[in-house]
Amino acid sequence: MVEKIKNYFITNYLGISTGFSLFLFIFIIPQLFEDSDLIISLIRGIIFSIVVGYLVYKFLLFRRNNPNFVPSESKLVVDAGGSLVAIIVGLLFGLLLMLLVNPGQAFYGFSIILRGGLNRNFKSLGDMIFFSVPIILTGLSVAFAFRTGLFNIGATGQLTMGAFVAVFIGVEWGALGEIHPLLHWGTALLFAMIAGGLFGAIPGLLKAYRNVNEVVASIMLNYVAMYLNTMLIVAYIYNRDYARALDIEETAITPIMNLDLIFPGSAINGGIVVAVIVVIILHIILNKTTFGYELKAVGFNRNASKYAGMNSKRNIVYAMMISGAVAGLAGGLMFLVAGKHLKPENILIPEGFTGIAISLLGLSSPIGVLLAGLFYGSLQQGGYYLQLLNFTPEIIDIIIAVIIYASALGLVLQKFVKMILKRKFLEKEDGEPQDLAVEGSDE
Amino acid sequence: MEYIIEMLNITKEFPGIKANDNVTLQLKKGEIHALLGENGAGKSTLMSVLFGLYRQEEGIIKVRGEEVVIDSPNDANDYGIGMVHQHFKLVHNFSVVENIVLGFEDTQYGFMKYEEATEKIAALSEKYKLKVNPKELISNISVGMQQRVEILKMLYRDAEILIFDEPTAVLTPQEITELMSIMKDLASEGKSIILITHKLKEIKEVADRCSVLRKGKYIGTVDVKTTSVEKMAEMMVGREVSFVVNKVDSKPTNTVLEVNDLSVYNHRLAKDVVTDVSFEVKAGEILCIAGIEGNGQTQLIEAITGLRNPSKGKIVLNSEDITHCTVRNRNLAGVSHIPEDRHKHGLVLDYSLEQNLIIQTYFDKKFQSRGFIKFDAMRDNAVTLIEKFDIRSGKGATTSARSMSGGNQQKVIVAREIDRDTDLLIAVQPTRGLDVGAIEYIHKQLIAQRDAGKAVLLVSLELEEVMNVSDRIIVMYEGEVVGEFDPKVVTENELGLYMAGSKRSDQ
Repeated sequence: MVEKIKNYFITNYLGISTGFSLFLFIFIIPQLFEDSDLIISLIRGIIFSIVVGYLVYKFLLFRRNNPNFVPSESKLVVDAGGSLVAIIVGLLFGLLLMLLVNPGQAFYGFSIILRGGLNRNFKSLGDMIFFSVPIILTGLSVAFAFRTGLFNIGATGQLTMGAFVAVFIGVEWGALGEIHPLLHWGTALLFAMIAGGLFGAIPGLLKAYRNVNEVVASIMLNYVAMYLNTMLIVAYIYNRDYARALDIEETAITPIMNLDLIFPGSAINGGIVVAVIVVIILHIILNKTTFGYELKAVGFNRNASKYAGMNSKRNIVYAMMISGAVAGLAGGLMFLVAGKHLKPENILIPEGFTGIAISLLGLSSPIGVLLAGLFYGSLQQGGYYLQLLNFTPEIIDIIIAVIIYASALGLVLQKFVKMILKRKFLEKEDGEPQDLAVEGSDE
Repeated sequence: MEYIIEMLNITKEFPGIKANDNVTLQLKKGEIHALLGENGAGKSTLMSVLFGLYRQEEGIIKVRGEEVVIDSPNDANDYGIGMVHQHFKLVHNFSVVENIVLGFEDTQYGFMKYEEATEKIAALSEKYKLKVNPKELISNISVGMQQRVEILKMLYRDAEILIFDEPTAVLTPQEITELMSIMKDLASEGKSIILITHKLKEIKEVADRCSVLRKGKYIGTVDVKTTSVEKMAEMMVGREVSFVVNKVDSKPTNTVLEVNDLSVYNHRLAKDVVTDVSFEVKAGEILCIAGIEGNGQTQLIEAITGLRNPSKGKIVLNSEDITHCTVRNRNLAGVSHIPEDRHKHGLVLDYSLEQNLIIQTYFDKKFQSRGFIKFDAMRDNAVTLIEKFDIRSGKGATTSARSMSGGNQQKVIVAREIDRDTDLLIAVQPTRGLDVGAIEYIHKQLIAQRDAGKAVLLVSLELEEVMNVSDRIIVMYEGEVVGEFDPKVVTENELGLYMAGSKRSDQ
């Protein structure tokens, strides 16, 4: 009987993963959510366990189907490992800092950071998602250009242009809202994208036809956008009493899309839906279409793409346009929110630069950027709650800065990951060869 | 004390590969010792260990019977070891003397003592018959002369052991002959020479003994006089190799490619790098453009394939003017191109094998519908070509091109270009850097294409390849066509004179 159960678990991965989920659910999860109310932690516990269980199941299935899989040879595993190590380095540095500043509360504070968006209840989770939307989109913008071999450091400028156009339409074109509220919002977003896209096309055109370095061009255009924004706000949509742009019409505000039912009380709106749609579209463009095939070929090796007869100039312009459009969309979604106003300040909007870090951390792949953006939002949310203790939320910025430095050292870290994986795997090969035999013979 | 240098049981490992696995090399005083092996056999690694660029994991190095540790090229210099690198390490805007004394300068009160250096150099060049003009700038002298400067550099530092890394790769046949006699003189003066090469003919001509490496392993050392070329080739490759390319006479029919008075202007050099070149390639023949590297062949091919704009002239393919067509349109009109630099142009190294195989045809109905790539068709295409052209790779169609060996990367390109089944196949140095086996294979493919009625335009720097494969030869020198020959009539020596620019036929 015992033998039978043992066999069952060895040969049935579903069994193992279910067991693991149950174990998580009963012993681990309650400790993580002790300070929230019972029903909600129950629901979250179930969801979390199922997700983890499913991942374990997938992993085991993969191991069975690919017995010869060598982790140190897989680019994805090694790259993702590099990002993971970067995150761990950043977090540990944060812990060290907290120990220096306030040793008594350091570990409790650290646990708050780790829990991030899961700190309280679904309100904190909703807030986390809300704050990560612009970051995800600017991350996507930078990542998409990067896949074509271009470094779009001008996401900030494209975002600013998108934001201005969206707010302008939100303020002035109220007539559209009388036809249908979504029409007003949709038009504002569409024009935000167009504005961002056109602004992104400028460095693209310069790069393609005049071989001007896109980094320099787009950095300088950030300032153009910043001052242009100040000028245009004061000229057209200025609210003198508050020294900011006028309030946008009700109909231009991003709809909630019933997300408040899941995340009651949070600031969440439909922006995340738009962001996820963009993730999916960009993922499909990059990986499934001939257009993406061309773009990536240009990015990997411009000479070879020329040799193959691809129009690399046109592709560079398109890539920068799409990249700019996504950044413009981020600007639109950031400011089409009740209570948020564009101000005629001479400050570069930081989300554009954060996007570079997120793109780096997300390995320039749309799905990776989505995850990295959510992670960033979670950290920020953790920083917000960190203020309950005797810490400043700037700790989070430091942690993120260290993570970025660490990911910039990506190559070194990837080598490190590769080395560890190799050692682990080879030891296993030598040490317990019968393990593989079992996996192979279980069908 | 019989051996001047002994490298005993050297093992040098790089991540994932043993570049040298228990290799032994023993150099006698006054001998020319050849180090033979295919690309990637570990010759350069072994010499880098000796020269102090790498540190071996196992094994010892003895110089004149004493065990030594060589940590840097400076240590190597102190032991009297000098090296002529394949790519010369010369400062181009310095004169010959300045280059020779560089890093070894004699000074008095902070001023250079050029007179003494010049005298010493003059004496050395007298003694070893190394003709150089000490006052001339490096950028003004020929490649062969530059090599002599490198040799003088070693002698100036009183090197006793001279390492030559592929010294003949950049030389004309006449310069090669000269180098051979210089090497023999040096050996008779008591210098010991290690000659790294994969050219068997040269070994047979100058070397006394020959050590063979294969895939990082030491195969053996043989006496050159008593060993046949075939035997050495077999040791190098690990199987029997045929040197003769079997082919029937060509039967050229209609003209496929016609190039008329083509010129290419280089803005940086502010001169024409290709000047009024005219030729034609017929279906069913292999036309070879011979010449020493850098005489305009690259630019000519780039102009024909559309990667560069010609300043003058006309390119006609199948009686259709393609002078101003885009690369894509030329490809569609019937140009296949095996590029000179497979990493720069031929492949997207980060793409997988199957993705690389459709790089010019991904937009074809066969591989896409409504802008979406048909992944099944792409995979089928790759599987077929892998089978047909015997491409070896770790993970089949999904192997990343970067992880493949040079020979197989080249096979990918050859497979792709031949499979496109166009009228004109342009192959630029298709066997560069490949081992004997792969060379044999690619030559067979080129001839098969010719026999199938394709026009083949081959650009090659290897005289042996030029003579063996082509049906007609034109020689380029400084951007101009200086002669046209029949490989059955002309001798290598004659071709060499044209390639070096010392002879030209009036056209």
